[in-house]
Amino acid sequence: MGKLSSVYDSFVDFILKHKKIVLPVFLVLLAVVPLVIKSQYVIRVFCLIGIYCILTLSLNLIAGYMGQSSMGHAALYMMGAYFSGLLGAKLGWPFWITLVFGILGGALGGLILGFATMKLSAGYLSVITLAFGEVVEMVVLNWNSVTNGPLGVRGIPRPNLFGWELTPTNGGFYWLMLVLVIVAVLVSMCVVNSKFGRAVRAIKEDELAAKLMGVHTAAYKVQTIVLSGAMAGMAGAFYASMNRYIDAATFSFDISMTILCIVIFGGMGSIPGMIVGSALLISFPEVLRSLADYRFVVYGLLLILMMRFRPQGLLGGLSRRPYKLPAGVSRPGKPEDGGGTEEGKKVS
Amino acid sequence: MALLEVKGITKVFGGLKAVENVEFKVDQGEIISIIGPNGAGKTTIYNMLTGVYKVDGGAITFEGKDIHNRPPREIVKAGIARTFQNIRLFPTMRVIENVLLGEHINVKYHFWDLLFKTPKYRREEKEAHQRAIDLLESLDLADEIDNYAKNLPYGMQRKLEIARALATNAKLIILDEPAAGMNPQESEELMEFIRSLRERGETILLIEHDMNVVMNISDRIYVIDHGRKIAEGLPKEIAKNPEVIKAYLGSGGAAGAKENA
Amino acid sequence: MILEQVLNGVMLGMVYALIAVGYSLVFGILKLLNMAHGSIYAFGAHMALFIVSMHFGLLPAFLFAILTTGIISVLMDRIILAPLRAKNAPNITALISVMGVSYIIQNMMMIIFDSTKKTFPKLFDFGNVTFLGVTLTSTQIAMFLIALAFLVLLTVVVNYTKVGLAMRASRENAKAANMMGIDVRRIVTFTFFISGMCAAVAGVLVSGYYQMVYSTMGTEAGLKGFSAAVLGGIGVLHGSVVGGIIIGVAEALAVTYLGGSFRSATAYIVLFIVLLIRPSGLFGKDNIVKV
Repeated sequence: MGKLSSVYDSFVDFILKHKKIVLPVFLVLLAVVPLVIKSQYVIRVFCLIGIYCILTLSLNLIAGYMGQSSMGHAALYMMGAYFSGLLGAKLGWPFWITLVFGILGGALGGLILGFATMKLSAGYLSVITLAFGEVVEMVVLNWNSVTNGPLGVRGIPRPNLFGWELTPTNGGFYWLMLVLVIVAVLVSMCVVNSKFGRAVRAIKEDELAAKLMGVHTAAYKVQTIVLSGAMAGMAGAFYASMNRYIDAATFSFDISMTILCIVIFGGMGSIPGMIVGSALLISFPEVLRSLADYRFVVYGLLLILMMRFRPQGLLGGLSRRPYKLPAGVSRPGKPEDGGGTEEGKKVS
Repeated sequence: MALLEVKGITKVFGGLKAVENVEFKVDQGEIISIIGPNGAGKTTIYNMLTGVYKVDGGAITFEGKDIHNRPPREIVKAGIARTFQNIRLFPTMRVIENVLLGEHINVKYHFWDLLFKTPKYRREEKEAHQRAIDLLESLDLADEIDNYAKNLPYGMQRKLEIARALATNAKLIILDEPAAGMNPQESEELMEFIRSLRERGETILLIEHDMNVVMNISDRIYVIDHGRKIAEGLPKEIAKNPEVIKAYLGSGGAAGAKENA
Repeated sequence: MILEQVLNGVMLGMVYALIAVGYSLVFGILKLLNMAHGSIYAFGAHMALFIVSMHFGLLPAFLFAILTTGIISVLMDRIILAPLRAKNAPNITALISVMGVSYIIQNMMMIIFDSTKKTFPKLFDFGNVTFLGVTLTSTQIAMFLIALAFLVLLTVVVNYTKVGLAMRASRENAKAANMMGIDVRRIVTFTFFISGMCAAVAGVLVSGYYQMVYSTMGTEAGLKGFSAAVLGGIGVLHGSVVGGIIIGVAEALAVTYLGGSFRSATAYIVLFIVLLIRPSGLFGKDNIVKV
């Protein structure tokens, strides 16, 4: 076990070391997928993976950096989908505008959750989100005049880019997904490498110590959950437009659970972990259809085994690479500037 | 005007007065110690000073402004930073990140700045990192910037905690038993370190059990017992004060007194 | 009318109290929100259903449900949580592990018993009783009395027995209790057993009341019990009882005056309000931070 895991770690190190080559190659390969693969089904699975990338990056902000967890993340996803879908279907607004409202819808959900939990210890958020999910579902099912109740929302418009309608068939949705995932990755990265990210991680490590360093812990918690909600809302808006139809049952508890499992599996606090995790766990049930019934049992086992034997997940855990200094700051003992990621000594 | 003035603060826990009507003051550039037997209420006083607890009576002024019952972050901004009796670093964050947390209140950019990496964000991040590195260098911790706080040896963790407090640019640094768990040689080094802090212009308030440390570096000493101040004065006076000796022998036990002597 | 709804609420609220106590017991000793509690509750109901469907009668079903649910609860702790504690793993790992347990139990039940709603016999059906001008069914009254009896039994165990003393000591300070010769591991095991037992009793009672059992029944009941526990101040046993009754009454009133679709949401709305106003709950102590 230990040997296997060290082989694996050195493989990850290798990729990270050559990321300047690996990353562009990977992106180009991803971008040409719709040109090469014509199967609708495969493209759809890719789009689903993309959606889960965004959703898990969203939950990762809460679970990976702030050290809380959410069992009802689908509620935020749902709010994004409904805000965007309803405005598109009922008022005929173009996708690009409803996308913004979808993001705002998710953020609004995050704001409510944030206010309810900002003063509570870590465990509460998971339960509150679960309850929140039930309330959102109840509103959607009962507010017939607006949400169509259990019938769901039909005829959600497709995005239109200067007269070119994006569809799953012409690859438009795939490329849109790619762009949104990249946005989510960039936002996550910006947030993490800033005073915001440091403050949020400090809250996870020792909330009181963070407070006594002047961190407005309650405000940071709320902001993190709002940002997470916004990202989930973005995924929701995308899904609504891709599927053209949404109903309350689409955003069930199973979705929340899948999101959580991927975050744990990929490695809390690891951005690449979310992407690798989504790719593996979303394609897994598609590949192994026969296990369909046992999918969530397997997920449950995965959670338990991961917590026991590799709580940091596939790609999580403390980086053994040197800290990356901002450009222009010189490493102590080295007269030259320039980050110096490569020269810095390894961390034990 | 004194830098810090504590006027008759009181703290009650469920009817029990943990701290009662304690007064003291700290002037710019001083090293002041608060000593007392275990459970005398010293840490409770610290918690009131730093906003962890509300005061149930009395007032605390810092640079002439009332700071009692303010939230901790406002007190840090006013210029008081502290360390903890049981080290409370951010264990799985890097050494430099721990110091950057101390810089938190001095980094002013907003959320939009970091999202769009504005020049303001770049400049402030660069400056904060540079200050953190300079500070770590001056404390001989520069070799450890990449390391995780939890991997540091004990003495270095103490030092890092002090570095984090210094990074806030505090005018007053409050140390809570910094020599706890140190051997005589380490506490000797710590003493030197605290003195060097004063030479940098810091003002220091110290809670300490190690009498050797206290007697050697303090300008003045306040003695607390059962939540009240029982003596104050120069180290020499305190060492001879019969009340103090009684408090230490009476409740601390003979063994404690010997150990501390 | 109001009185009738209040009484209906109290009857059902007593069962919520029983679920809430299960959360509180575990939280008190391990500071863990046992997210699997709802699934364990559903497990209890299914075990009873299993025995009933074999025509063994209600009482054996009850006992079997209590025993198996207690055991599964203990197994969860021994197999999954104890190793994490031994490793001194952060709290979130235990939380996520119990979520995993919850998924496994719920989905295994779905596979074994399928996901349809199955009928469960009505408990103690002796007709109606009129009390203060309000007609209550004997099922309701039996439900109330059994839940009450269990809560009283639990209070006696926790407050007046040696094992209860050990539980309270472990709750205050597990390390100190250990040094005083209390086998904290056994106390934790015992706590999980009675927490599971509470869930099973509640599961059977609610199933008998609605005459229905289904694999996802634990989610809602678990959330309501949790709401009740937080409302009363999680970790405080009498708080959980009061919380359960408040949730039960609020729900009954909401159904009458706002409509049936508000049934399940009431508890959560109450929970939200409580968390905004008084996060430590009605009887919870504001923790003094030790620095």
